[in-house]
Amino acid sequence: MIFVTVGTQLPFDRLVRTVDEWALSGKRSVYAQIGPTDYKPRNIGWSQFLSADECHRRISTCSAVIAHAGMGTILTALELGKPVIVMPRRADLREHRNDHQLATARKLLALGRLMVAFDEEHLQAKLEQLAVEPAHERISKHASPQLLGALRRFVAGEQVTAAHLKSRMAAIFCGDQEGFACNPVGVEAIATPVGADR
Amino acid sequence: MSLRFTRRFFDHRRNMTSSHPHRVLAVASGGGHWVQLLRMLPAFEGCQISYVTTLASYAGQVGNARFYAVRDASSWDKLGLLRMAARLFWVVLRERPDLVISTGAAPGYFALRIGKLFGARTIWVDSMANVEKLSLSGRLVERHADLWLTQWAHLASPEGPQFEGAVL
Repeated sequence: MIFVTVGTQLPFDRLVRTVDEWALSGKRSVYAQIGPTDYKPRNIGWSQFLSADECHRRISTCSAVIAHAGMGTILTALELGKPVIVMPRRADLREHRNDHQLATARKLLALGRLMVAFDEEHLQAKLEQLAVEPAHERISKHASPQLLGALRRFVAGEQVTAAHLKSRMAAIFCGDQEGFACNPVGVEAIATPVGADR
Repeated sequence: MSLRFTRRFFDHRRNMTSSHPHRVLAVASGGGHWVQLLRMLPAFEGCQISYVTTLASYAGQVGNARFYAVRDASSWDKLGLLRMAARLFWVVLRERPDLVISTGAAPGYFALRIGKLFGARTIWVDSMANVEKLSLSGRLVERHADLWLTQWAHLASPEGPQFEGAVL
């Protein structure tokens, strides 16, 4: 089963129609969550909205995910090790407010994590390729070690050091509240030497 | 200033409870913002995390943690934004977080500003979907984020936001 999702907020006729027409060949069974899309599929199972749980269940049991270039769907599919084809929404076709999905898709394509179809013909070709697409390795369920490290260092800055306490006390008792409020960076620099090093 | 009292109050509490887990308020709109936020949770191990999002159906994903749903609103819906801000004010007042983290969008912006008002330290991690420029809320939150991050190296600059890796 191939799972198609275009999110819940905006219609995406081009994507749904292309997959529906491709499914006519009957090679693969397809289920689509089409949101407010006007086009109603004739050859595949579909629903307008799925709960987050149901969507997650469908992604975890499908063989591949076809989607708009939304980060939520992409990350979930990669976490579950599914091959992903995304087709970015285009602003000139009024599929989104701007072309950020196009930019996201190009960048993610460069990372080598997924397939991108830039138009309908391209999408059909990618759908054909799916049959020979090997199963993917699941990505980690967590952010990159670099990002987690940066966040941990920031959180650890909160473990009150003597310097941190002193600066806070000084701020309160010396009536330096205004200066403190206007210069939080200075205070953090004292409190978190790690941050100050960077 | 009235803020002086609140800061003093919160600092006092913080000093008294420094050996206890920190309270973290994690805020994200439904969809991609939320999925990205969840991927960063290991960084807050040992903290007591409460969640705010725009979809009530996510409640099941956070176990026994406290969970708040706020009504979503975007920049053209001024009344909706006001209502959202009021609700978040109440949430922050109730949670009294030491730390507020958000990936966006509007609810995160308000939560960071209100959290800051009450002495919390704040983290903004702009969504990975913003490849060409920072999100609107990400730009507006600049002065209120103690850690202000983009997930794309080419968007970082010496004045901020910083790049420290991505959720992927």
